[in-house]
Amino acid sequence: MSEEVIKTEGLTKVFNKHLTAVDHVDFSVNHGEIFGFLGPNGAGKTTTINMLITILKPTEGKAYVLGFDIAKQNDSVRNVIGVVPQEYTADEDLTGLENVLLCADMYGIPRRIAKERTEELLKLVELTDFKDKKVQIFSGGMRRRLELACGLINRPKMLFLDEPTLGLDVQTRAATWNYIRKLKKEYGMTLFMTTHYLEEADALCDRVAIIDHGKIVVVGSPEELKHGLGGDVITLGIKDDDDVSELIREVEHVKDVKREDGSYRIKAEYGEVTAPFIIEALRKKGHTVTKLSLTEPTLNEVYLEYTGKSMRDAEESREAFAAQRMTMRRARQ
Amino acid sequence: MSETNGNSKSKLHGLWALTNRDLKKWYKAPVIFLLSIIQPILWMGLLGKAMNISALIPTNIPGVNPATVLKATLGTSDYFSFMAVGMISFTALFTTMFSGMSVVWDRRLGFLNKALSTPVSRAVIVFSKVLSATLRSMFQAGLIILITVAFGLQFGAGFSPLYVLGVFAIMFLICVGLSSIFIAITIRSTRIETPMAVVNLINLPLMFASNAFFPTKFMPDWLQTIAKVNPLTYTTDAVRQLLIFSTDWTQLALDFAYVGVFAVIAATIGIVLSWRFLSK
Repeated sequence: MSEEVIKTEGLTKVFNKHLTAVDHVDFSVNHGEIFGFLGPNGAGKTTTINMLITILKPTEGKAYVLGFDIAKQNDSVRNVIGVVPQEYTADEDLTGLENVLLCADMYGIPRRIAKERTEELLKLVELTDFKDKKVQIFSGGMRRRLELACGLINRPKMLFLDEPTLGLDVQTRAATWNYIRKLKKEYGMTLFMTTHYLEEADALCDRVAIIDHGKIVVVGSPEELKHGLGGDVITLGIKDDDDVSELIREVEHVKDVKREDGSYRIKAEYGEVTAPFIIEALRKKGHTVTKLSLTEPTLNEVYLEYTGKSMRDAEESREAFAAQRMTMRRARQ
Repeated sequence: MSETNGNSKSKLHGLWALTNRDLKKWYKAPVIFLLSIIQPILWMGLLGKAMNISALIPTNIPGVNPATVLKATLGTSDYFSFMAVGMISFTALFTTMFSGMSVVWDRRLGFLNKALSTPVSRAVIVFSKVLSATLRSMFQAGLIILITVAFGLQFGAGFSPLYVLGVFAIMFLICVGLSSIFIAITIRSTRIETPMAVVNLINLPLMFASNAFFPTKFMPDWLQTIAKVNPLTYTTDAVRQLLIFSTDWTQLALDFAYVGVFAVIAATIGIVLSWRFLSK
């Protein structure tokens, strides 16, 4: 089943009449997939997600979430989606349980059902032992999981995650990925997420849209995008001094061969499959391969190709933002 | 769709949950709760007892009796009673003023956005703030009455315990009005400093340009004009009529009408402005 769960047509948001945050964006998200929005700070990711979750009204264009018009049927949209915001929004002065029940009340879920679901969800995110503790003492990972439980309280058909692992350490990030995968696998949920972590988009998303300056520059699965760059790079060396470039070029999927300082730099699609064929072809002609390395292009190269800049600068300013938010949280206590 | 069908269709769902969230921050935090009780006692001790107005009136002049002089100017012979009732308006003003602050926090910490992504009504989000501030100051008003009684409040002739309900009613009206205004002012700001500055600018003038601590008839004309439109004047008068004066029912009805109209207008403006802002 590949029905479209989200469909946008020329979705645009202009702030203060001149700042175009999202510029005529068209994309669709299919049922049951994890769709990622990848882009630097200020690219328009959060603005797009805020329009889809009906917090912001689009300036122009249309968008449908599960068949509902986000501008005209916003209450219907709100009822069937779940949202895990970028910030830790749980109330520090309340317990974990109270926070989830508060979310349930905002959806108007009857108390009896809300209690059952809360128990179930706290178990899912492994917070049952902490349910009666105030959120003040929760770690970043626990807070993120609590947000997840809140976002799932209305049994949404579609979950929106804004930077789900921002500011988390590597282990907690991996654990969060597992929860997200579980939602897709066991509950058949469709997920829309924004991220600026390339590894995250690569590891989690079925399809990725790279967004820059409010425009989508490319959409595709991480594999497609990487292959679109022209494939992997295989570097190999042989025992003798003969030029075997032509031999290698004849192997299927090989796109380009360069001889540099006695070793060969080969651009090939599906490098891990192609490499054995190259070795085989060389051996047949009596050449022995002495060394071989395979480099797959990462999303960073894809990103570089389409936006003309590396992800690193953006990442640093994000970390600074996360640090600032932590300070603010402490200031509140 | 069957899953959402069981959910409340009422436009008011979530109102109590959101109100209670704010109230819990207050009554579940012992220190804050205690301070909010101590604060009116301190003010009353300082303003009510320290400022012993009757001592200013000389007793050695024949024919001058401090009690009669006070009765003629304040309407009651006891300045403490006069002042203590002013404290009730004072509490209403201060508690509602800070209701705007929690909106700023909710915005900064993202809670507001989360609430906006749920089907809870925009008006409910705003009104829960109004309601929590109102309930808090009504509780404090009740407390002040109890404390002032312990400190020797002199009830007016014909006072009946039922009149206290009238005090709560007028408190409800003024608090709904005031907190709607303060929330409308603060809902746009992302910085805590802006509403703080606004609140600091208007709180004392609003307080002293009323009859809370001093009768308006002795004020200069320009100040009297301000005091005459200041809803706190009418609130304070209503509470005085109920508690310490021999009740003038016409005046009381006028007070209630004025504060009631103020509450309706302020709440409408406040909620409409906030609503428009929240659904942009």
